[in-house]
Amino acid sequence: MIKVNTEDYPWHPGMTVRNLLDEKQFTFRHIIVRVNGEFVSEEDYDKWLIQDGDDVLVLHLMAGG
Amino acid sequence: MGTIIKDYSYTPAKIKRGYSGKSLYINLSDLRIEQKEITEFMKEKFTGGKGFDLWYLWHAVTPETRWDSPENEIVMSVGPLGGITQYAGTGKTLLCSISPLTDIPIDSNVGGYFGPLLKFSGWDAFELQGKSEKEILIFIDGNNGRIQIEEAEEYPEDTHLLAEELTKKYAENEDDMVNVSVVCSGSGAKHSYMGMLNFSFYDPRRKVCRFKQAARGGLGTILHDKKVKALVVKYRGVKPNLNDAADISTINKVGVKYHKEVHDLDHKQNKMRQIGTANTIMIMSQYDLLPTRNFQTGGDPEAVKISPEVFINEWLTQGLHDGCWYGCTMSCAKCADHFLITTGPYAGQRVTVDGPEYECAAGLGANLGVFDPQAILEENFYCDTYGIDLISFATCTAFIMECYQRGQITREQMGGLDLRFGNSQAVLELMHQISRGEGFGRIAGLGIRKLKKIFVEEFGADPKLLQDIGMEVKGLEYSEYAHKESLAQQGGFAMATKGPQHDEAWLIFMDMVNKQIPTFEDKANALYYFPMFRTWFGLVGLCKLPWNDLVPADNYKTDSPAKVPEHVQNYVDIFNAVTGKHIDKEELILQSERVYQFQRVFSVRMGKGERKDDYPPYRSLGPVSREEYLSRQELYDKQLRELQKLDPETMDLDEKIAATRRYREDQYEQLMDAVYRRRGWTENGIPTPERLKAIGMDLPELLEVIEPKL
Repeated sequence: MIKVNTEDYPWHPGMTVRNLLDEKQFTFRHIIVRVNGEFVSEEDYDKWLIQDGDDVLVLHLMAGG
Repeated sequence: MGTIIKDYSYTPAKIKRGYSGKSLYINLSDLRIEQKEITEFMKEKFTGGKGFDLWYLWHAVTPETRWDSPENEIVMSVGPLGGITQYAGTGKTLLCSISPLTDIPIDSNVGGYFGPLLKFSGWDAFELQGKSEKEILIFIDGNNGRIQIEEAEEYPEDTHLLAEELTKKYAENEDDMVNVSVVCSGSGAKHSYMGMLNFSFYDPRRKVCRFKQAARGGLGTILHDKKVKALVVKYRGVKPNLNDAADISTINKVGVKYHKEVHDLDHKQNKMRQIGTANTIMIMSQYDLLPTRNFQTGGDPEAVKISPEVFINEWLTQGLHDGCWYGCTMSCAKCADHFLITTGPYAGQRVTVDGPEYECAAGLGANLGVFDPQAILEENFYCDTYGIDLISFATCTAFIMECYQRGQITREQMGGLDLRFGNSQAVLELMHQISRGEGFGRIAGLGIRKLKKIFVEEFGADPKLLQDIGMEVKGLEYSEYAHKESLAQQGGFAMATKGPQHDEAWLIFMDMVNKQIPTFEDKANALYYFPMFRTWFGLVGLCKLPWNDLVPADNYKTDSPAKVPEHVQNYVDIFNAVTGKHIDKEELILQSERVYQFQRVFSVRMGKGERKDDYPPYRSLGPVSREEYLSRQELYDKQLRELQKLDPETMDLDEKIAATRRYREDQYEQLMDAVYRRRGWTENGIPTPERLKAIGMDLPELLEVIEPKL
């Protein structure tokens, strides 16, 4: 199990940041990803492996209106 | 040309540090024209823009004043930063009046050239009071210091014709047309309470008048009631430092930095230069936020038919500058050129359609079940030229459609209109009926609050159901965001001072997706900061969009990326550079709060602005119908288990809907308590004397209003 934006989310071996974004259907382009506080750049989404127990923040920079 | 019935000369005031120091007052009943001084007190307490508007309006009206009372005013002001040309989004005018929809002060902001040209003509603010006997227009010649009031019955009513005719009339030649700006409404404002005002700016490349809208709250209805067909200003000579800035080099420097961000980042971020605010249509649908069929759901597979790519590739002209004031590189005022109209009085003609903005595509599209870009553009055109607020029209029509589809009203009661979801031809016919004041159009534009009463009392509809699905608060229709899963946004809408418009707070992603504000106190802090910050744009003459529809590349490194700290500092720097003052970002919030709390007290004075007025319809909070619950059953069942420790397997559908409702209504009550505390209000939503004193607004006239309520 991992945390995604403070909520529990099931983890699976080999899960990358890209997998997580796809599974959560986080399609908005303008986002910031941090894993355990560490910034993950977009070019690393496919290779960054999320570990069981990680705390992932996916910050959507949409302020709307 | 009509007969000139008043001719007034004045010496245009020279602008100093962002202010001309003068305001213009015109009384239409006796054709009185006066100048007033902008006092240091006004600048200190109200800053400008909406602040000046509300201050003048307060003194014009009484608690008994209604929208059509002669003493009601339309007041407009552009603010001390309005009209600078070095930064993006610097030409916004703010208007206030007592609204026919809400009976309290409405404020509405708008681009276009009128506000800045009015200021350069010597006027920081403009009050329009009284009622004319005949239809008139008012022409302000800012170069020659002349104001003329002219009979105007022979001019056309609808905006695209009227503005073109008046622009040609007052321009000396084609090159001069950019120096003329027209404010007018249209035939729809005559027969509805949701009439809006168009502000023109002439587009020399397309050789047409373009328009931005002061849309919310029925300002066009009020202008029509006053028998004012148009306001026209002409000022030749716009140049970079007409505001007499104290420090022009800082403004230049901050502007260049921002323009580089637009150049480097817009195509990677929101594509404002390609599609404007409609860039978010698909995102909203994918995140369950696109209001669909009267806010029943938050998206639809058919939304792809009205995606940004469809509008960019097939409808909107690309590559032309589309700023609604000089210097705006964000350039988001997109339009469809040579668009062929297929219905109504202009069928067969080709026109320029300003839009669609997000609210248009979402409201006149998904929320009506219309996923046809051509129909949306035609609805967009007619709302604009008829002078109808498309947000109120869309949300109100969505309500009518659901009432019809749920059997609450019949086709016969709608004069034969088949207003089922998705029937864009019926929607267009309803607009034409409002324009003509015929058939169902005679009542359809009165707004949801009045329609609920008519449907219940005259058509026998179920009052409880209509209360749940009629998306209005305080009498104003919701703007176009589904938000059932964002408690903070539920408060952002329903506790907004003028009614549920998103320009006070848009917290959906922070709350619902990012989970950045999990507690009531977190949400209350957001519902303090963002409404206060956003209010500031309307005090100084700026557009909100350049603040956060584009952010610096390193914004993610900041402690509070949602606030876009670097852009906030830009605004502090520009304000100081224009006015010569020395505010910081905390003082900026204080400037806003003074006006924000003043407006709340003003609403209390007019009979609203208490806790009872801040409750949303249940459709805002959760699923009203079985279909809505079933559309997201997995989520709602999970919430029953995790939040209420209930077992949905042992409950029938109606029990689950009822339990969800009890929980969500209780959550909203707790949010209200937290927000009221944070804003310095009593449990009943009244600003306290202590809070007013803390921000320097313990003025005797405000204390007199609130003390009986404490």
